[in-house]
Amino acid sequence: MSLFSFLGTLEIGLIFGLVAIGVYLTFRVLDFPDLTVDGSFTMGAAIAAALILAGVNAYVATLCAVIGGAAAGMVTAWLNLRFNILHLLASILTMTALYTINLRIMGKPNLALIMEPTVLSPFEALGLSNMYLKVIFVAVVVVLVGLAIAYFLNTQYGMGMRATGANPRMAQANGIVIKQKIYAGLALSNGLVALAGALFAQTNGFADSTMGIGTIVVGLAAVIVGESLFGSRSMLVIIFSCIIGSLLYRLAVSVALNADFLGFTTSDLNLITALLVALALIVPHIRREQKARKAAAGGEA
Amino acid sequence: MKLRNFLAAAVTAASFSLSASMTVQAEPVYVAATAIVEHPALDAVRDGMKETLSKHGYSGDNLKFTYESAQGNPAIAAQIARKMVGEAPDVIVAISTPSAQSAVSATQDIPVVFSAVTDPLSAKLVSNFDKPGKNVTGLSDMSPVQQHLELIMEFLPNLERVGVPYNPGEPNAVALVELLKIEAFKMGIEIVEAPSPKSSDVMVASQKLIGKVDAIYCPTDNTILTALESVVKVGIDGRLPVFAAETNAVERGAVAALGFDYEDIGRQTGEVVVRILKGESAGDIAVRVADGSELHVNPKMAQRMGVEIPQSVLARATKVIQ
Repeated sequence: MSLFSFLGTLEIGLIFGLVAIGVYLTFRVLDFPDLTVDGSFTMGAAIAAALILAGVNAYVATLCAVIGGAAAGMVTAWLNLRFNILHLLASILTMTALYTINLRIMGKPNLALIMEPTVLSPFEALGLSNMYLKVIFVAVVVVLVGLAIAYFLNTQYGMGMRATGANPRMAQANGIVIKQKIYAGLALSNGLVALAGALFAQTNGFADSTMGIGTIVVGLAAVIVGESLFGSRSMLVIIFSCIIGSLLYRLAVSVALNADFLGFTTSDLNLITALLVALALIVPHIRREQKARKAAAGGEA
Repeated sequence: MKLRNFLAAAVTAASFSLSASMTVQAEPVYVAATAIVEHPALDAVRDGMKETLSKHGYSGDNLKFTYESAQGNPAIAAQIARKMVGEAPDVIVAISTPSAQSAVSATQDIPVVFSAVTDPLSAKLVSNFDKPGKNVTGLSDMSPVQQHLELIMEFLPNLERVGVPYNPGEPNAVALVELLKIEAFKMGIEIVEAPSPKSSDVMVASQKLIGKVDAIYCPTDNTILTALESVVKVGIDGRLPVFAAETNAVERGAVAALGFDYEDIGRQTGEVVVRILKGESAGDIAVRVADGSELHVNPKMAQRMGVEIPQSVLARATKVIQ
């Protein structure tokens, strides 16, 4: 793998690390399977691109993208909490609606940002080659966000959110307003995913109406791979294992792209992804079984 | 280097040697091609391009050729673009809009030839067709929609309204419909849109056109072309002639189509690639709208959809489906 290819893999892996953290917040912390992300990723890209093209400062545009994503998450939460629509279905409804909304935001299905000012522009004067600059910028953003989320989950509010997902009844009995936590969690999650979309659009030069397809699968893959590699209870380790999971996922894609000699082509990508996730699920399962067997054997002796 | 030799050997084994009479290059040239998705038209572009390359002596030992599809996923398109730039090929060929945008944003040095991009200006691939500058040039496959409308008018001289099923989420389709509306307005024809975001929506969207239009026109839209049979069925049921912008559609049941042969677009793309390989700078090569010359007609379908194929059309058809 060439250096350029490797840096590209890192950059895209880091950006999708934000998606992985978002998916972790809903899927694991809140126990709320949320497919809104397929729409909110595109929404982040759409809002950022449309505003930048309208002449808005790239940082303001990115902030608006995050707010848009958060709002989308709250719509899903609202459908679920207010009308008792099953969480999966509620998120599918929002995702479907977002497709149209994103087209409206962009005005057409593809917006080009090539040559437009982006969040990277203020740093271009540093004279660093663009390929390094992109990776460093994205790495700093993702690490800062990761630290902030890990810190947040250890605050009293964050613990309340974790309790909400772990045992809603108990949480409620302890005076936690679980509805409020679900609203906040989905907003935070989709805000992060939209941030990823906004960054992706800016580092790759375009927003496209199809770019969110499969975001949830990539996010889940990253979370599960990360989890199975670093079983831990520390929030900091868990959040960073999501990011590392995302990097490993992109590395697997990269291997598939570079593995012509093994007979792999890009058309095998989906199979490779499925194998990767299946493996990440199977290995801990087998480990648990072995542990249980050992424990049973020990008990008998 | 081992890998490169292996690939070269594989390519040699696979390609039939047309290059006997051609000049033999010492160092193999490297052409890296990518497309957003596997699709018959996009695959045909690739095949046509390879044909031209081989005609000019770039095949076998003289050519290293790679081709990657992004499986419809722009994030993977971006990763493919980075990978290609890292390998420093002589030319990158990017088929479709997101693939081309990924490639153009990944390099400012390696020549990028885009192909099958409908609207390269609004995709910001180039700012000027005649003198694109920098490292980018290519081929647009914007349909000659005015000629398409004229063709439909040959069938239906009293044409007033044309129904157009298309996917509002597909950049090429949206650009085409915009252009179509402008051209139709000039000719006094009204365009009735039938938006179909998914291939499963195409049937219902087309059915709504029955009674409202004189003919249906299917633009070069992946979603509609995937579900073309739905439109054809509506055409037969509603006695509405179905026209298309892509000639493959005629075999599948459209009455007639004036269009591109995507393999021919590939051959035209190959010519641009060869010019760059021979030393021209991409930025000096004007962006061209691909020539479309294929006229296919389907008399059986015409009868079932209640129109007659005019003699003038039959006379110049390049293919009559029996």
